[in-house]
Amino acid sequence: MGKTIAEKIFDAHLVDTPEKGINVLRLDSVFCHEITTPVAINDLEKKGKDRVFDPDKIKVVIDHVTPAKDSKTALQGKILRDWAKRNKIKDFFDIGRNGVCHAIFPEQGFVRPGSTIIMGDSHTCTHGAFGAFAAGVGTTDLEVGILKGVCAFKYPETIKIQVDGDLREGVFAKDLILHIIGKIGVNGATDKVIEFTGSVISKMNMEERMTLCNMAIEAGGTSGICYPDDKTVDYLWKFIESEFASKEDALKEYSKWISDDDADYAEIIKIDASEVVPVATFGFKPDQVKPVSEFENVKVDQIYIGSCTNGRLSDLEVAAKVLEGKRISDDVRGIVSPATPEIFRQALEKGIIKIFMDAGFCVTNPTCGACLGMSNGVLADGEVCASTTNRNFNGRMGKGGMVHLMSPATAAQTAIKGYIDNSPLFKG
Amino acid sequence: MKNFNGKVLFLDRDDINTDEIIPAKYLTEISKEALKPYLLEDLKLEGFNLKDIEDASVVITRGNFGCGSSREHAPWAFEVNGINLVIAESFARIFRQNMFNCGMMAVSLEKDKMDMVFDEFSKEKDVYIETDFENKKFTIRAGSKKKDILFSISEFDSKLVKSGGWLDFADKNY
Ligand code: SF4
Repeated sequence: MGKTIAEKIFDAHLVDTPEKGINVLRLDSVFCHEITTPVAINDLEKKGKDRVFDPDKIKVVIDHVTPAKDSKTALQGKILRDWAKRNKIKDFFDIGRNGVCHAIFPEQGFVRPGSTIIMGDSHTCTHGAFGAFAAGVGTTDLEVGILKGVCAFKYPETIKIQVDGDLREGVFAKDLILHIIGKIGVNGATDKVIEFTGSVISKMNMEERMTLCNMAIEAGGTSGICYPDDKTVDYLWKFIESEFASKEDALKEYSKWISDDDADYAEIIKIDASEVVPVATFGFKPDQVKPVSEFENVKVDQIYIGSCTNGRLSDLEVAAKVLEGKRISDDVRGIVSPATPEIFRQALEKGIIKIFMDAGFCVTNPTCGACLGMSNGVLADGEVCASTTNRNFNGRMGKGGMVHLMSPATAAQTAIKGYIDNSPLFKG
Repeated sequence: MKNFNGKVLFLDRDDINTDEIIPAKYLTEISKEALKPYLLEDLKLEGFNLKDIEDASVVITRGNFGCGSSREHAPWAFEVNGINLVIAESFARIFRQNMFNCGMMAVSLEKDKMDMVFDEFSKEKDVYIETDFENKKFTIRAGSKKKDILFSISEFDSKLVKSGGWLDFADKNY
């Protein structure tokens, strides 16, 4: 019997099997941010275990609330900063160089095919786009990861989602993943890995693959995962150049992780890409999805373009194309948060930032910001936000607020109209 | 080992997420105790009253409990309110793992057992659960009504509960 990519990664990282079906894995990286790590740090300190298993394998960023908005968030940043210094962690991204964790860590080349990653953040599954097993964990798992470099997981079952054909014009990776979540439900992949394959995924660039894998958790998935291929190698090349004689060699090495043809799956779901249309969510769960064309006069108060789902350069480019030469409705507030300083810089150089500003958007520094309703665009009771983020839970962006998840293109068109719309972008 | 006995709070809804259990705005707290007043603050559920948390020690709920964020603040918010046991039809992976990692219990029961519990007990006024950990048995009681329910958790989860959580276990073993 062949193996899936996740099974191969598990086998290669196995440290212990405390019980049949439960594997303790060696971790290649532990990622940290200022919301979930300080409690772990304080607890380790209190227990006299203020150590790290390997300072080079721990990557740290302040991203959720930055610059600090009050004394409490300032303290969270300080605890993280002091700890990183004490423990000689050199990859630490503080203000000026910081960005949303799941955007900046791949951009820095910290993710490799076949590797294992944990982070105290549910959207850690994003990094599976590179053919890694990457999972969000809680603070205790994070503590153990920091201290021992291991984490326990159930041996993974995999759902394979095969998307073939071509996505129609005006349909994006975000529409596809919302479509998939709408199909399998918010717990359709609980305790399972979602493997994204098929010709559509092969054609996608790394940013689009990250958008897909990012939302695996919204279907309950432990990790999303794509096969490493030439696009993966191209993206990583500047970081791995010294390790391989040629790109072909790198591809050959990374290809060993690709699932075997006779691997065993919990389920295989085939999707014809031409059936997918632009969608948005309408309720408080990410699987409550319907075509944008079915939204009738749903007015919004705020547009948010950013986050680890859709705050990358290609997302800003798509939105800017829609906004170019236009103004957003007088009735909405537009906020865009480029996900990293590098994305910001490139967007500036390409004139994208100017388009956003001319259209009436507020451009913020790179941060999670409004996505989790802690800063930079919290909603008032009863307000509605059209958002490119990944979570529409009740109160997510502010108590009593309503969030509609959608692609950056739809969000930009919605900003212009003031109500949910993408009619000029998609010829149904 | 923690206490898994006491009064039951029923939350009759699927997909209760971690933002409802403890809203993101309280994630700036760096002590568990500080979370105490905010447990379930944003929960939208008919008939649910924040006051009901006060004397509760066990939560019984439906499917996909604890979906959403990885925040361990969710189990902590229960823990500091004296709730160490959640029984549900199913759990989101990270929440479930976080519970056992803290030496708490997230136990899933089959749908027919859950339906029985809700049908027969959720309308009663004072419902109590006693946990026989060794024999993996809950006894649920309301007045003179009483039912025994067998449950199962993995050997590994059992060890975590007994050793008080994953940190101590891992520190000893790896
Ligand atoms: S952008 Fe939003 S979903 Fe992504 S890591 Fe930040 S808070 Fe979480």
